[in-house]
Amino acid sequence: MVVRQPSRDDEVDAVFAALADRTRRDIVARVLKQEASVSVLADSYAMSFAAVQRHVAVLERAGLVHKQRSGRERLVRGDVDTIRAAARLLDQYEEIWRGRLDRLDDLLAEPTEGPGQ
Amino acid sequence: MTIVSSTQDPEALTFVVVAEFTAPPSRVWQVWADPRQLERWWGPPTWPATFEQHDVVEGGGSRYFMTGPEGEKARGWWRFLNLEEPRLIEFEDGFSDESGAPNAEMPTIVGRVELEETASGTRMTVTSKFATVEQMQQLVQMGMVEGMTQAMEQIDGLLAAA
Repeated sequence: MVVRQPSRDDEVDAVFAALADRTRRDIVARVLKQEASVSVLADSYAMSFAAVQRHVAVLERAGLVHKQRSGRERLVRGDVDTIRAAARLLDQYEEIWRGRLDRLDDLLAEPTEGPGQ
Repeated sequence: MTIVSSTQDPEALTFVVVAEFTAPPSRVWQVWADPRQLERWWGPPTWPATFEQHDVVEGGGSRYFMTGPEGEKARGWWRFLNLEEPRLIEFEDGFSDESGAPNAEMPTIVGRVELEETASGTRMTVTSKFATVEQMQQLVQMGMVEGMTQAMEQIDGLLAAA
């Protein structure tokens, strides 16, 4: 394994970039349910084996899937933790809005006459 | 106030929150249009917002900053794209440099606020569309200091999993 220290932004960008493609999202959804070899995956898409292999490589770099040896085959499996982590940034943003709406509610509960506070 | 729903779409980098208030749309409009009212809820208590300029007219804009616990300032700007009082506000939200000039290197967020009259008051739908993940992170850091430790732990978890 190559030791590298990418920035956090790079890591998160890689995850979202990987998920920005429809075929890759489909691959992730499939291998989360059931591991599959690249050949089996390639049969499902109207594209070359090499193209599917490239998609899997992008997902692998983003940590969304990993390959595991099983006999002569290497099976692609989805990594649930990484996918959950990708959604967490939006959770943080949701928290910001929940805070805003609470404060907004307090403000709207005040009497409205007079412009100043 | 009731939060009716909040929907995240990580792939489209979009967040939608729907809330209902007992106040009529004309009143809810004011909390967006009056800078003194906007300041009271836009930033969290630990990072209050100050709007130095807030021209709620089409093509008009705002300049604001948020002040952190250590006195640090995060500056931003708005530009109004679409206004239909009292039912629609669409604005671009971006970062500024220390002088208050828009930072062209940072992508912007488009916010769309829809206010709909209901039998009991107003239904407000806010849609935020991000351009990049990096920008979303920065916004989260500016807007929610309390969540930062947790966020970092989560990103650490992501790195450990990768």
